[in-house]
Amino acid sequence: MGKEVIKVDHVSMKFNLSREKIDSMKEYFIKFMRREIKYDEFWALKDINFSMQKGERLGILGLNGAGKSTLLKVIAGVFKPTEGSVTRHGVIAPMLELGAGFDMQYTGAENIFLYGALLGYRREFIEEKYDEIVAFSELGKFIDVPLKNYSSGMRARLGFAIATVVEPDILILDEVLSVGDAKFRRKSERKVMDMFDTGVTVLFVSHALEQIERLCNKAMILEHGQMIAYGDIAEVAAKYREIVS
Amino acid sequence: MRARMKDFFRYRYLLWELVKKGIKLKYRRSYLGILWSLVEPLLTMIVLTVVFGTLFGHDEKSFAVYVLSGRLLYTFFSQSTNAALRSIRGNSGMIKKVYVPKYLYPLSGVLFNYVIFLLSLVVLVAVSLALGVMPSVYTFQAIVPLLLLLVFSFGVGMILATVGVFFRDMEYLWGVILMLVMYTCAIFYYPERLLNSGKKGWLLKLNPLYCLIACFRDAVFGRAMNPKMLLFAGGSSLVVLVVGVWVFYKKQDEFILHI
Repeated sequence: MGKEVIKVDHVSMKFNLSREKIDSMKEYFIKFMRREIKYDEFWALKDINFSMQKGERLGILGLNGAGKSTLLKVIAGVFKPTEGSVTRHGVIAPMLELGAGFDMQYTGAENIFLYGALLGYRREFIEEKYDEIVAFSELGKFIDVPLKNYSSGMRARLGFAIATVVEPDILILDEVLSVGDAKFRRKSERKVMDMFDTGVTVLFVSHALEQIERLCNKAMILEHGQMIAYGDIAEVAAKYREIVS
Repeated sequence: MRARMKDFFRYRYLLWELVKKGIKLKYRRSYLGILWSLVEPLLTMIVLTVVFGTLFGHDEKSFAVYVLSGRLLYTFFSQSTNAALRSIRGNSGMIKKVYVPKYLYPLSGVLFNYVIFLLSLVVLVAVSLALGVMPSVYTFQAIVPLLLLLVFSFGVGMILATVGVFFRDMEYLWGVILMLVMYTCAIFYYPERLLNSGKKGWLLKLNPLYCLIACFRDAVFGRAMNPKMLLFAGGSSLVVLVVGVWVFYKKQDEFILHI
């Protein structure tokens, strides 16, 4: 057994879904005075508990709205859990909806530096890896064109290229291996496989069960925010097949 | 506290990139580019001087310097607070995906406007020299109101950034409030009559921005600053900063649920 890198300790996440959207101050005051503000509480995650050792690759399965992406965001630190805590050790490379931090008016080259800084890379590091990023994204001369003129595939490719240029300890993948065309998909899967060899810890969300079976050695199933199965990939995958069919 | 400092150090590249982005994008695709930060205040100064100079009969040459100095400080305040107000919603794409300290967004909004503001001070220097308002030892005092202005704007910006997340109306309301601030800043009129009338003088004196502008003008025109005004401006800047940072830290974990 290796060293513990992620510990998710009794994590619950509550969202308040306001029944009617209160967005203006007047409305808020009126409703506040009349004590009419009601929320539908919605627990996206309920009491999730697990820990991961270095080098483990965990696939997260579940239907739409099961809380998979919320869990990844809690682990990445974007959401603060309502209850419980998450401890992480090491550099995290979050790949959640690639390229969402991009600025549309900026060119590809400028976005490399902006996005790199957002992920916490040092400027010299980005300069050093710049050519590698451009080459991997296959953008060629489009790198000097503002991003608003990119296709969504091009944006995702650039996002993937920037996010994978580091050597992280923890890699968080949310459906990202389905970006771009078949050729790029193969290439990105190979790149992620290369990262696996360095002993990275992986959290992976995908709807493609075969992909998870191929890439992960552990899996969990989420249903309505609760963890209903956790263990080795083979048995969890079998259970998931039962649920889906 | 130590961890905070380490955090700040770690994210200085991002802060720098965000500031750079603000400056670069502000004038992108315009022919004059960054030169607009000089041309725009110069043109507004001419308009204001012509209109109010003739209207109120201020035909002395230094009136242009008076108008320009007030207008520059006010413009920075209004643009930086507006940038901070929109910073959380405007960067929601980043906030939802990657964790970085959230104060970086309003801070960069204020800072990039400050850089543009400092640049446009060149116009003030040029106009002052051209119209015979010469520098003196008092000119160095200017650094005090200029620093306080940054603190004050950042404090107000942090409050607005927080409020702006929960109430979108603030974006419109703030525009109206800014108008009130502008008219009580004595940008294009001399405040003496109002101040000496005794009754409505408080309208100006209670406006920290007016006090900052008055102190700055003292420096520009080579006079000692009014210590009362300086104290009030400094005190309110500090209070606003503390309140702003406190409110922001108290509420920042909820931002993500509302954007």
